[in-house]
Amino acid sequence: MSFQTSNGPDVLVIGGGNAALCAALMARESGATVLLLEAAPREWRGGNSGHTRNLRCMHDTPQDVLVDAYPEEEYWQDLLKVTGGLTDEHLARLVIRASATCRDWMRAHGVHFQPPLSGALHVARTNAFFMGGGKALVNAYYRSAERLGVQVRYQAPVDRIEIEGGRFKAAWANGERIQARACVLAAGGFESNRDWLREAWGRNERGEWPADNFLIRGTRFNQGVLLRHLLDDHGADRIGDPTQAHMVAIDARAPLYDGGICTRIDCVSLGVVVNREARRFYDEGEDFWPKRYAIWGRLVAQQPGQIGFSVIDAKAVGRFMPPVFPGVKADSLPELARQLGLDEAAFLQTLGDYNAACRVGTFDHTALDDCHTEGLSPAKTHWARPIDTAPFYGYELKPGITFTYLGLKTDETAAVRFGGAPSANLFVAGEMMAGNVLGKGYTAGVGMSIGTAFGRIAGTQAARAALMQEVLHASA
Amino acid sequence: MQALEALTREARALAQGAIGLTPAETEVARQMQICNACRYCEGFCAVFPAMTRRLEFGKADIHFLANLCHNCGACLHACQYAPPHEFAVNVPQAMAQVRGQTYADFAWPMALGRLYQRNGLTLSVALAVGLALFLMLALALNGRLWGGHLHGNFNALFPHNLLVGLFAPVFLWAVLALGMGVRRFWREVTPATTGQPVRAPAAAEATHDVLRLKYLDGGHGEGCNNADDAFTLARRRAHHLTFYGFLLCFAATSVATVYHYAFGWNAPYELPSLPKLLGVVGGISLLLGTAWLFRLNLQRDPQHGDAAQKPMDLGFIALLFLTAASGLALWLGRGTPALAILLSVHLGAVMALFATLPYGKFAHGIFRTAALLRHAVEKRQPNTLALGAD
Repeated sequence: MSFQTSNGPDVLVIGGGNAALCAALMARESGATVLLLEAAPREWRGGNSGHTRNLRCMHDTPQDVLVDAYPEEEYWQDLLKVTGGLTDEHLARLVIRASATCRDWMRAHGVHFQPPLSGALHVARTNAFFMGGGKALVNAYYRSAERLGVQVRYQAPVDRIEIEGGRFKAAWANGERIQARACVLAAGGFESNRDWLREAWGRNERGEWPADNFLIRGTRFNQGVLLRHLLDDHGADRIGDPTQAHMVAIDARAPLYDGGICTRIDCVSLGVVVNREARRFYDEGEDFWPKRYAIWGRLVAQQPGQIGFSVIDAKAVGRFMPPVFPGVKADSLPELARQLGLDEAAFLQTLGDYNAACRVGTFDHTALDDCHTEGLSPAKTHWARPIDTAPFYGYELKPGITFTYLGLKTDETAAVRFGGAPSANLFVAGEMMAGNVLGKGYTAGVGMSIGTAFGRIAGTQAARAALMQEVLHASA
Repeated sequence: MQALEALTREARALAQGAIGLTPAETEVARQMQICNACRYCEGFCAVFPAMTRRLEFGKADIHFLANLCHNCGACLHACQYAPPHEFAVNVPQAMAQVRGQTYADFAWPMALGRLYQRNGLTLSVALAVGLALFLMLALALNGRLWGGHLHGNFNALFPHNLLVGLFAPVFLWAVLALGMGVRRFWREVTPATTGQPVRAPAAAEATHDVLRLKYLDGGHGEGCNNADDAFTLARRRAHHLTFYGFLLCFAATSVATVYHYAFGWNAPYELPSLPKLLGVVGGISLLLGTAWLFRLNLQRDPQHGDAAQKPMDLGFIALLFLTAASGLALWLGRGTPALAILLSVHLGAVMALFATLPYGKFAHGIFRTAALLRHAVEKRQPNTLALGAD
């Protein structure tokens, strides 16, 4: 390809995850020359996509790995519910419809799908799983991109871009100015930037900086440098609230970055969760896994020290996804309190009250059963059984942040907007714009649906913008 | 009282093999704990579905899983926790290290298990001894190594009964040693895999998985990994050429034995006789398969498998190649003065191959077949865990 000697590639893609790769592949397929800049070194490429595992897909009839049907309206209602209305119906429906047809294209680029994983059967109808998970998908896309002639540069973080009159001119990476006719921004959210998280979450009434105790479940490379640059220096139109993020309760021993899926603690509903003061603070039996998963991160973030302790007894063993680290194990509740560093008297009081309040009916972990508490606050409304059978286990929990929702406002063309007007050659995809669809909340696999849909749109639009410029240039 | 309880617990743990793990086994247990909490790789092979039936990984579980692993590499390239991640998950490597250890530990007699540790040396010595034996025999019987009055007749050089007398004990020893080794392995892993006996459907499935090398297909049919994260069917095809080539050569010898004893038809056989047809097709297949495997092995991503076992892998492939090549050369050069040398080289190679079968790479096929069979039995039993059922 000649672009290195001329005025750069037709399309510059900034980012190296799912959305960036979808954009690069689509732009290349549209006939554009493409350069992709990934901030991470090769072994860490792919951003948070490497930690994903599935794609939420609309389908009207059973499709290969997807059972039954998941029609557009139901998908939309699910999104409406989890976001509490903080979404853009037009863009959301665009994502939903795109999810129905994108999988053949994904397969053509080497992605393999498989039936749901064990322990994830509840999404057999709605989600198509990537065989081997997101890193296998990322690998497949990079192979396909390289085969098609997309140029890939690793360790090429972009720290600023030049924009003139709403038009992209060039990007700067490692002190080098890279021109292109069009550009796709797909460089992720700012979840890895601890200072920004601290600033966004501020100080709470206890004088704590809650974000200091967050763990980042994904890549360390999503520093939000470009996002902030676009918002602050170029005044790009924004969407979303910086404290909104996908956040779950994870094992407190998880690494600061890249703990991924395996650090989740999945026994919340089988026992009780207490805070640092050994008090319960929320109904552990409120709902099934998807909803529970999505709310406990924020619940723990509101507790003193941003710490929680999930406590179960021997009856729960073998009923939840095995945790990556063994729990603290004790033969008695006082011993467990001591090992967890909790006030023994307060802990025994909490557990005693809870055990006495349990009204055990027919325990059924697969349904909202009739085991509940009476006269307890907060109540446990399902799966309430006394914690009385040794050995007892405790898992310390911390909030784990997956990705942030603050982003660039966009439209159905994926264009970045300045003062309400769309840029002619600057586009955005993935976490940098997911907030347009997900104002808050989350439902499994929808991040990849947004990234894939908007990545593909952005790539196509960028190629079109670049090639149009070429035509204009040639005819001028 | 508490001391007694602790003792009881410890005894139970010992019985379950939960303690007393070697460093390689501990590493597999550590990694399986991480994998079991992730499970993204469930679609690739049999190891991960087998893993999800367990919450803890004792010695027997680890031996079973390690031999179930085909070292295809798919899970390593797909792994979000692979190095440089601090979890440093590399299942193919951890499994290969335990596998190498199980070959040595289950070897019969146990003292000879040590031969695995310096397998390159073992093979070289066996080959040197085999070659020396037949070259000296040829010299003693023919008077010289080049020429002589053989007229393409093998039996004029080495009487049939002499060859039988030399090869039968070595072959029978190999069968006995491998059989005893895999029997011990079977006895260890059976209780850890439900203890249920093998029934026809399980046996049929395992046979299918062995003969088709199902678990080198990547779970999606595009093959496993070799040099990088791209999938290739090359390893599977090269294995097939090697395996079926070996079987055809073995069949050629078996048919020839029947010809000799049942019909009194003596070697050498010419085309289009059955032994010759089987031998030539098998020999060429073995030659191509081993050459391909050798090349693939050298191109292999260094993160795959256990580097310490590379000499064993390459040595075994090379010996199979030499066996095939010398066999074909013998056929093509049977009417030349080189007959005595060619025959001696071929017989020396075959002797070395059989003598080292129970103490080298050949064992991987036997142990993996046993593991696949136990897996086929286990997967038919109900899973006692009800994880994440909500």
